[in-house]
Amino acid sequence: MEYLKPMEPTRIPSNGDSLFQDITLAPDIPIYATTAAYNKDPCPNKLHLGIGVYRTEEGKCHTLNVVKQVEQTLANDLSADKEYLPITGMPEFNKLSAKLMFGSGSPAIKESRVVTVQCVSGCLSLRVGAEFLAKHYHQHVVYLPGPTYGNHPNLISAAGLTLKTYRYYDPKTLVLDFQGLLEDLGSALSGAIVLFHACGHNPTGVDPTCQQWEQIRQLVRQRGLLPFFDCAYQGLVSGNLDDDAQSIRMFGCDGGECVVAQSYSKNMGLYGERIGSLSIVCKTADVARRVESQLKLIIRPLYSNPPIHGAAIVTAILKDRDLYQKWTNELKAMRDRLVQVRRQLYDSLCNKGTPGDWSHFIKQVGMYSFTGLNKDQVDFLTREYHIYMSSDGRINIGGLSSKAVPYFADAIHDAVISSLPSSTLA
Amino acid sequence: MRPEFTLPSSSSSSSADRRLNALVRHLATASMVSQTAVAFSPTSGFHGDSVFSHVVRAPEDPILGVTVAYNKDPSPVKLNLGVGAYRTEEGKPLVLNVVRKAEQMLLNDKSRVKEYLPIVGIAEFNKLSAKLIFGADSPAIRENRVTTVQCLSGTGSLRVGAEFLARHYHQKTIYIPQPTWGNHPKVFTLAGLSVKTYRYYDPTTRGMNFQGLLEDLGSAPSGSIVLLHACAHNPTGVDPTLQQWEQIRQLMRSKALLPFFDSAYQGFASGNLDEDAQSIRMFVADGGECFVAQSYAKNMGLYGERVGALSVVCRAADVASKVESQLKLVIRPMFSNPPIHGASIVATILKDSNMFNEWTIELKAMADRIISMRKQLFDALHARGTPGDWSHIIKQIGMFTFTGLNSKQVEFMTREYHIYMTSDGRISMAGLSSKTVPHLADAIHAAVTRMS
Repeated sequence: MEYLKPMEPTRIPSNGDSLFQDITLAPDIPIYATTAAYNKDPCPNKLHLGIGVYRTEEGKCHTLNVVKQVEQTLANDLSADKEYLPITGMPEFNKLSAKLMFGSGSPAIKESRVVTVQCVSGCLSLRVGAEFLAKHYHQHVVYLPGPTYGNHPNLISAAGLTLKTYRYYDPKTLVLDFQGLLEDLGSALSGAIVLFHACGHNPTGVDPTCQQWEQIRQLVRQRGLLPFFDCAYQGLVSGNLDDDAQSIRMFGCDGGECVVAQSYSKNMGLYGERIGSLSIVCKTADVARRVESQLKLIIRPLYSNPPIHGAAIVTAILKDRDLYQKWTNELKAMRDRLVQVRRQLYDSLCNKGTPGDWSHFIKQVGMYSFTGLNKDQVDFLTREYHIYMSSDGRINIGGLSSKAVPYFADAIHDAVISSLPSSTLA
Repeated sequence: MRPEFTLPSSSSSSSADRRLNALVRHLATASMVSQTAVAFSPTSGFHGDSVFSHVVRAPEDPILGVTVAYNKDPSPVKLNLGVGAYRTEEGKPLVLNVVRKAEQMLLNDKSRVKEYLPIVGIAEFNKLSAKLIFGADSPAIRENRVTTVQCLSGTGSLRVGAEFLARHYHQKTIYIPQPTWGNHPKVFTLAGLSVKTYRYYDPTTRGMNFQGLLEDLGSAPSGSIVLLHACAHNPTGVDPTLQQWEQIRQLMRSKALLPFFDSAYQGFASGNLDEDAQSIRMFVADGGECFVAQSYAKNMGLYGERVGALSVVCRAADVASKVESQLKLVIRPMFSNPPIHGASIVATILKDSNMFNEWTIELKAMADRIISMRKQLFDALHARGTPGDWSHIIKQIGMFTFTGLNSKQVEFMTREYHIYMTSDGRISMAGLSSKTVPHLADAIHAAVTRMS
């Protein structure tokens, strides 16, 4: 084929503006802005307690050993190819993920009432689930807990659903506002969708107890509300995968229906591989099959089919007894470190006599803690101590090492003392 | 009181499940303590039908459904010419040597981590992808007028671009060629655009309906978006000549139509990466704006790793920054940030000149094998004296051939010869080998002579 010789291209009229001249510069998404500010900061003592990524005691990024082992095996397997996965992803991955969440004895799985599709991380699982509900469910209102993961409102409203909130966290008592939760769900629109964090609530670290979950379940079923779980921390909360799935299993085994978005970002450290799943538990196997066929119609024009690599890693680990054991050991070690740091932080603040009740640090669970600090105090921490966190006072416990705890405790102490009215200072 | 719901059988459950069973049984019989106690009573919603009972079974995707049907067929002579995935002469999927090499390098790099990428993906991948498609000396790149974001392969790039346009562009109609890739219409309509078509393929000549194309684009409302296949049109294999591209460019610029390129076969059409990017580069060279969705599925054999990029060429650098900031707001509520593995492989290959060369050699070998299959099929039909002009098989470009067979003939070939293709008569040349060409030629011959 001949090349066209370079010629004077017909110029666009020189007064032609860009077609996108009037677009505004969107502000940076808050959590990324925080990271950018942290990266720019030259202070050697700086701490990044913003983004929800687990770090080691040395403050380093953490790839699980069992993941490294599996990747080596995968790379050496010359029989593996890179062909398109089915629209719904790797079948074995889907089966094993459903088992992990609902339990191997789950009647819903046994009765083929669960449809599970591999999605591109927890985010896209939420989005695909929301798009499915927007298309096929009669109620387009979703109740989100107040507060919730910063991206939830975006993901759900992008699908065309309307957002409402239900009371969840009580900023005065720093625990679950259970009364408020029951009242709000009790008066929710009939059939509304309700988003629940399966465990390790983000950003507060406050979870309902088992008894409270049972009350929630009964209320949800009585009012015909549709539960939509976000499960991103299974194993990282109690250290036990089955325990952390209890809330889901209560709903999954009562014969009713629910939607579950699952992520392996944190509990397998697979963040950038974008691996997750969407499960819908249906009343009958026939409905489950039809639902699956409709999920494909949503996925195909979005990204066609999901990426192989992350799913191959997860599948290899979940299906091999030894690798699975290795994984649970590493998972428990990660979780134990989180618990230990919480304890250490609490003890430090008590020893310092920092005014206030800091027991929420050890009562809260999972990767995050809602410190209870207000925006001014958060700004103070950043300005004076180069500590970066969400402006709502959330910290990532996973980003804190025991070496950094004293510095952090000093900072909190200073922030609290500095913001006390001067008459209360001894 | 018997619990109202079934519990996991204790024989197979974990200790946690058994504790749960005990708790539930206890709660079912105990009275509620809280003031807002909820009476444990069945509700119509809970014991009624599924809330999804009205959901109808969706039909199988027409393209992917071909493979499903093929897999079910027990015949030893079956041929899958459905999905556009490259096969070797032995009929096997191919992972490029240079890709395996890149994967090993990545594995051995102890500094690599799996943390979240930025929303727009790997910076190096984006830069190199822009260079690949626009050319290393592209003025648009030099002038920082291009924003490139990593997306989930070609489909994902098209969808993100379409969602951006639906939000920010004044014209919400996109013109797509008739015919086009089966998934295109849905990608655009679900993003919020409305879809119209422009004439493209002439079934009587099995070539371009250039007059029709010019007329339809000429009468499109000013500012409309126009989808263009950069090279190796899917499904027809019919591409404009360079002169025709120049005419299209002039017409589109005079009507301020916005080009949205789908580039899924760069290097696969002619065997030369720069040649296959000519159409795009013409539009960039004239200083105007365009969108480009780029896929590495075929040309790097990275199908299932979902690697692609969306580039937006703008008139000014500050516009490009603003566009990028708004693209992030499309991506964040979709997949938040893209997958690391496939893009890392691409970046590793593109940035190393030796690996880049190795890649171009393997790519050319794939393209050459396809061209050879075209020749073989053409010769085989000629040898059989199959009625009709089959020269389109060697004139058409890229992975696919629009055979010109009608749906009855296609059904016949599947039924009698176990050959699978999409019902529009499109076959993937990449699925053929020298061994299987005779079988296909026999089938076409039979279909043409026995079914009209």
